[in-house]
Amino acid sequence: MTIFEKMMAIDRRWVFLLLAVVVVGTYAISFQIPIRINSEVRTIYEFVDKLKPGEIVYLGIDYDPSNQAELHPMAYAVMEHCFRKNLRIIFCTLSQYGPGMVDAAIKDITDSLKLDKTYNGIDYKGRELVNGIDYVFLGYKPYYALQILAMGQNFRLPFPIDYYGQPLDSRPMMQGVVNYKQVAVVIDLSGGNITDAWISYGQGRFNFPLALGTTGVMAADYYPYLNSGQVLGLMGGLLGAAQYEKLADNPGPAVDGMRIQVFAHLVIIAFIVLGNIGYFTAKRRRAKEGK
Amino acid sequence: MSRLAIIVTICVVVLFLGSWIFKALQAQDAGVDHYLLRGFLVTCSAFLTLAILSFLYKDNPIYKFAEHLYVGISAGYWMSQGFWSTIVGNLIPRLSQSLSGFFKQPYNAGEWMGGFFYTNWVFYVPVIFGVLLLMRLSSKYGWISRWALAFIVGTTAGLQFIRYMRSDFIEQISSTFVPLLVDWQGIGHFFSNLSLSATGQLVAMVSNWIIFLGVLCGLIYFFFSKEHTGLFGKASRFGIWILMVTFGASFGYTVMGRVSLLVGRITFLFRDWLGITS
Repeated sequence: MTIFEKMMAIDRRWVFLLLAVVVVGTYAISFQIPIRINSEVRTIYEFVDKLKPGEIVYLGIDYDPSNQAELHPMAYAVMEHCFRKNLRIIFCTLSQYGPGMVDAAIKDITDSLKLDKTYNGIDYKGRELVNGIDYVFLGYKPYYALQILAMGQNFRLPFPIDYYGQPLDSRPMMQGVVNYKQVAVVIDLSGGNITDAWISYGQGRFNFPLALGTTGVMAADYYPYLNSGQVLGLMGGLLGAAQYEKLADNPGPAVDGMRIQVFAHLVIIAFIVLGNIGYFTAKRRRAKEGK
Repeated sequence: MSRLAIIVTICVVVLFLGSWIFKALQAQDAGVDHYLLRGFLVTCSAFLTLAILSFLYKDNPIYKFAEHLYVGISAGYWMSQGFWSTIVGNLIPRLSQSLSGFFKQPYNAGEWMGGFFYTNWVFYVPVIFGVLLLMRLSSKYGWISRWALAFIVGTTAGLQFIRYMRSDFIEQISSTFVPLLVDWQGIGHFFSNLSLSATGQLVAMVSNWIIFLGVLCGLIYFFFSKEHTGLFGKASRFGIWILMVTFGASFGYTVMGRVSLLVGRITFLFRDWLGITS
């Protein structure tokens, strides 16, 4: 058996072990890597950044804990950016496992907003976020397509009360807010088919500006919608989150994760190259032997 | 049960209890109110993460336990969410004032339309369809559930048809009608302003040509009424190359996504569980 044939027959558990060693190793050693900003992420950041204080952003946390590693950094970066700009947020989740995550994220951001911070050279004073004035959390309802359509008529149809049991009409922030017409942008962070529903039932029917945050697995599928102008921007996976964090001058877990990504990808590329060399060499050898 | 299995089980239980005590003490020092529960939850999360990752070595009973626990809890959680958000949140407040009071939900009284139709009556329709769906449990009357299923299939097909027609068919076709000569002002102007800038004329034209040829040749690849030979065959060949590039991009993003998930779990294990990093 030649070295190439041995390479082809390598136990996959060695690949897993090497990848684990590289991921843990790069996690333990802290260093910076350059992050290039894509235009599709920059568009979202600039759109949000240009909104006037008091305008409303709808933030859909439509993912499960299984996508938390990729999409939670996006949610935190967008929330912090919006609240520092004094924008108001309507939170909603159309994923059944979402409510607990959204509630925890709101509490984390409430704590973070209390501190004075400087982003991109601008000083932001710490402040107390107030439920019902700075944000509302609508909660969760099943059958996302129907909820997206219903919210286009009136937020009160699917969500007469918010997640905390308060009637929507009693929330000061919701006075005069009926449907998407009063919302400056819908940002949907999703790890599944809910994204499709937002494009067709939401943006297609009600024609609001729609920005997407998707998992890495899904990202390539949504570039055609970006090209056609149906979505204004796209954040794909942890890289998209890292780019938003960098634009917002708020480096967090996504920027931190990029250095691990780089080295993990190098390992995978090395195995792909070696596997191909082994495959073609073995093929050539068989052809020479006339098999 | 083999001796090895007994030893492994004892080791896992001891490590679990040790971790629980350690994390509970840490939480107590940090002033967490329910420190025993906090310690248990962090230990459980770490145990389940490692149990699932153990499948990478080979299938084993600990992995099976974690898998079945996940499926069971997911089903239970989903059912409870459905009950509280849909039946209690949406249905009961429109059907019964006393039940609304029992579940502490604000009663939605509805209104009379034209003096003969009460708006809340419409909510009896999903109740009836829901009951019809449950008839599947009966071997004798199970066929009745097909009416509700037919309604679900019909409405879903109608909604999906509109969705695909609008966002995936019309919008996508119209977005492929792109100018092949972007801002064309003559060959002299083109060469005198030649640049590789991402917003330049050359890059825009190349992008549009790729979109045009990619769509055309991709469609030719799926056209089976003519033999793929000659120029048609070459276009088909180009189409399959475009498809392969697309699959490659998807695979690259998939790898990034999977590594991100691994990074997430490694971060949890090292920061939240072991407390090695901050």
